[in-house]
This record gives sequence, C-alpha cells and structure tokens, in this order.
Amino acid sequence: MHRTFRKTLLGAALVLLSTGALLSAFACSGGASTPATEVGELSGTINEAGSTSVQPLAEKLANAFMQEHPKVTVNISGGGSSAGVKAVAAGTVNIGAASRDIKLTENDIIPIAIARDGVAVAVHPSNPVSELGLEQVAAIYAGAITNWSEVGGNDKEIVVVSREEGSGTRECFEEGVTKPYGKKIKPDALFYDSNGAVRSKVSSESRAIGYLSFGYIEGVKALTLEGVEPTVENCLSGDYPVLRRLYLLVKETPSGAVKEFIDFCRSEEGQQIAEEEGYIPLAK
Amino acid sequence: MGETHLAEGPPSFSDLGGQGAEVVLSIRVARARLRLMRVRARRLQLRYVTDWGWKQLIVLSSISAFLILLLIAVFTVREGLPAFAKVGLWRLLSGTAWDVAESEFGILPMILGSIFVTLGALVMGVPLGVGCAVFLAEVAPRRARDLLRPAIELLVGIPSVVYGLVGMLVLVPLVGKLGGSGDSVLAASIVLSVMVLPTITTISEDSIRAVPQAYREGSLALGATHWQTVWRVVLPAARSGIVASIILGMGRAIGETMAMIMVIGNSIIIPTSPLSPARTLTGTLALELKYAAGLHWNALFATGAVLFVFILVLNSLALIVHRRAVAR
Repeated sequence: MHRTFRKTLLGAALVLLSTGALLSAFACSGGASTPATEVGELSGTINEAGSTSVQPLAEKLANAFMQEHPKVTVNISGGGSSAGVKAVAAGTVNIGAASRDIKLTENDIIPIAIARDGVAVAVHPSNPVSELGLEQVAAIYAGAITNWSEVGGNDKEIVVVSREEGSGTRECFEEGVTKPYGKKIKPDALFYDSNGAVRSKVSSESRAIGYLSFGYIEGVKALTLEGVEPTVENCLSGDYPVLRRLYLLVKETPSGAVKEFIDFCRSEEGQQIAEEEGYIPLAK
Repeated sequence: MGETHLAEGPPSFSDLGGQGAEVVLSIRVARARLRLMRVRARRLQLRYVTDWGWKQLIVLSSISAFLILLLIAVFTVREGLPAFAKVGLWRLLSGTAWDVAESEFGILPMILGSIFVTLGALVMGVPLGVGCAVFLAEVAPRRARDLLRPAIELLVGIPSVVYGLVGMLVLVPLVGKLGGSGDSVLAASIVLSVMVLPTITTISEDSIRAVPQAYREGSLALGATHWQTVWRVVLPAARSGIVASIILGMGRAIGETMAMIMVIGNSIIIPTSPLSPARTLTGTLALELKYAAGLHWNALFATGAVLFVFILVLNSLALIVHRRAVAR
C-alpha cells in the first residue's frame, strides 16, 4: 500500500514537472526571433501582428521588402489592434500594428505612422442616394432616421450595418461622424467583425448602409459626405471628414532589420505602395 | 553429502572419487537454473518497470487533460475578475446595455439571445433528429441505413464557417423576404438545427437500438401496430438516451460561434420576434475580443466565465440523466 502510494506520488511529481517544462517551452517558443544585426547583407525574421485594417497594406509592403532583401523573412498576421499592442508589449512579435491611437490604459509602446486611411460610408450600388450630410448619417446610425425616403431615396427601411465595439474603423467613424452630433450607434444595428463582412452585407442588401476602410471599396457605392467625394485627393487635402492614421508599433527604438522595414514603409516607395492599395500616403 | 563440499568451495575429483563427474554435472544444472531464474527475475523487473512507465504515461495524459481544463477555467475567471468586481455580478447578468464608452456591461441581451437561438434550434432540430433516429433504427432497410447514417455523421465534419457561409448567402436573403434584414434569430436557429442534427440522431439511434427486442415483440403480440409500438413502447424506453442526446446537442448549440456571427446580425437587443436580430454570448467574445482593452477585455472574459458555467450545468445535466438511465 505504502509503496504504491509513493510510486503514485513520484508519478504525479513527474507529471507536474513535465507539464511545467511543456508550459515553459510554450512560453519561450512564442518569443520573438532575434532581429538581424547590421553586418553585411540584411538577414533575419520579422514577425508582425495586429490590426486587420493594416494587414493588407503590411502584406504588400512585406513582399516588396523581401524582394529587396531576400534573406529577410517578414511574417504578417492579423488579430486586431489590441492584440497587436499586447503582442508587442509582451515581446512575442517584433512589430505590432494598430489602426487607432494607443490608449492611456494600454502599454507604453512606440507607434510609428505608416499611412493614413479614410473610412467611407457606403450603400448598395442600386441605391439612388449618393450624397449625405454628416448629420444625416449620424441620425441614421442613431436610429432617428429609419427610412430611405427621409433622405431622398426609395420608400424602404434602412438596414444599418456597423462594426463591433473596439474596432479601429468604428472608432474613426464615431469620432468623425456620430460624436460631433452627440449621437451613438443604435444597439439594434447589425454588427459585423471585419471590413470584408461589412462589404459583403452592403453589396448584397439593397437597403443597407455601412462604413468601411478605403482599401475595401469594391462592389459598393461610397457616398459623398458633406459634398466631399471620398477620393485620395480629398483625403490628402484634409477635406474628407473621416480619416485616421495606421501605425506600426515597436517596444523600443528599432534597429537592424526591423528599423530597415519601418524605414521602407515610410519611404517614397512604401508610400507609393500604400497609395496603390487605396490607402492615403502620409502628409509630407 | 554434496552439501559439505559445496560449503567448503568448488569440489575436486580427488575428494569425490568415482562420483565426482555426476556431482559436477548436477552443480552445473543448478547453476544454469539459477542463471535462468535471475534472467527471468530481471525480465520480470523490466516488465514491472515498463508497466509502471505505461501507467505513468496514461496518468500523465489524463492529468494533462484535466490541467488544461483547469488552466482555461482559472485564466478565464482571473481575467474576468476585475469586471465582476467593478461592474458587479448582478449588474453584469441583468444589465441590458452593452456600451463600452460608458463602461456599461450588461450581458442579459446576449444570454437571452443564446437561449432563444438554442431553443429555436431544438424546436426544429429535435423532431427532425429523433425522427431520423427512429427511421434509421426501426424503419429503414439495412441498405438505406448504411447510406444515411454515414451521411448524417458527415455533417459533423463540415466546418462551422461553411454552415455560416451557406446561411449568409442562401438562408439570410430567404428569411429577409419574411421581413426585416434577414439576419435573425430564425436564420440562426435553422442553421443550428442542422448542426445539432448528427449529435441528436446518432445518440438517439443508439439508445433506441439498445431497447430489448422483447419489448417490441410483446407490444406487437398484444396487437399494437408498428407505429404504436414505436411511439408508446420503444421511445419511452429509450427516453433517457434521447434526453441526453438533446442536452448534448444543446451544449453544441450554445457553444457555436462562427456560423452564428455570420447569420444573426449581432445587434445588442433583446430579440422580440424570430425575425429580430440578436447576439449570442460566444458571438460577443469572438467579435470584440481582438480589439478589446482594459475593462472591456475583463468584461468579455467575465462573459466567457458565464458561458463556462452555462456549459458546465448543461453537461452535468446530461451526465445525471445518463447515470440515471444506466442505474435503471
């Protein structure tokens, strides 16, 4: 009896030890790979994670960067702005990405702007409405206007499509459209969790209104707001009312491959890529 | 006589005279036997060690499964604790507003959304699933059963995002013709009812098959029709298995996330009709977790903890029903 007990105890200790070893192995394997040192040709691996609004741009930039520096591997993944902030602070990635400003409650990290992005208000292509005032959009999202006929369209109920709480795109939309008029997005709107999902709903529902990143305008009609068309020129001039910055995030002053990549993103060539992808280049 | 010699040391031919060769032989045999016994004993020890090793391995795997569950539970509750502390359990459970900017975190609409969608799925899925099970177990010819059962089991293997996609592109526009935008409790319930079908059907069929043949024979001998036998005798006898299958299906329905997000609209309101959009507990987590920070993050984990308790209660219920069935 006594011996079996001791054996079991020994076994349990073994189990605990191996579990601990396993866990710590997990914790370590998530660690960032060492950025390359600046000796001769640039090499190494850069891991990036964060905002899905930044993701398409970051992928294009990474591909161009890897062509110039074949020995560098840049891995881009999504996860969302908050995940990007957390991952950088924890050191699990070299670079994070965020489509919103860093909050005071979050970790102190360094945001570096790589592009700007407009948020377009979009409707189904068959919708006769092609221009709205900001106050009208705010009223639609707050639930004060519920029929298209009230804003010059057909006699149809408006299906309001929004993004989930915490989304960088939503934050930008609220700052630029609803908050100035003291309105809030009504809780009985439809909520989707990505630019792509909003686009597919708005492009398939003739009564829908939604908002999405400039990079995603396709198959939907982007509305003219307050008489300003949603174009890159109007964003560059600052006339378009719903604009935001996109950031890469680093924990400390970047060096090596990470620095090179960030410099590349902000370079003439990088900004060119951003513009081709439908984003707004940084102001010079 | 050999004993004394053995005690003094190896025997020699001069001591033993004519009997020497015989004694040496017997000593050799004894030594060989001893060696064999030692080898056997060593093998035996080895067997014990391997046995012990296997046992530890199995213990390790079962403990790690338990540890993982414990880790998830501890992590969820720990991350959710600040929300329980700041918002308060009751306000969290009974609040109807979910407004991050105002730090309002009430998950009642999500709790009700989850419950309504699950009930809707059961209202449609249970008759369908149990009907399928009765057909497979009692009515279908062997060949039809061999074809149907794998087909139904295959439904489990379809990724939920595919269910969601089909629901979004086909079902939602159809439901939209009844009124509203189409993203609704009804659409979500229909998708879910198909997803819980395999769980309900396979477990129910097994429990119907487990009903002793004598019950059916007795009923038929008394003059009951096939239908009467199934309805009055077989189904009541298989009741506990069927109830367990329904509860397991319910667990699957409450936990489903991806497909729900795509067809339910995710509005934070208490649904008032089947055509009204709603939001589920899991949907809230999947939608908001990736962008959440601060108290919002904690509130989402608190939501996860509530969901955890929900599922725990459901699974315990299934276990109790099952135990009772076994006891009977």
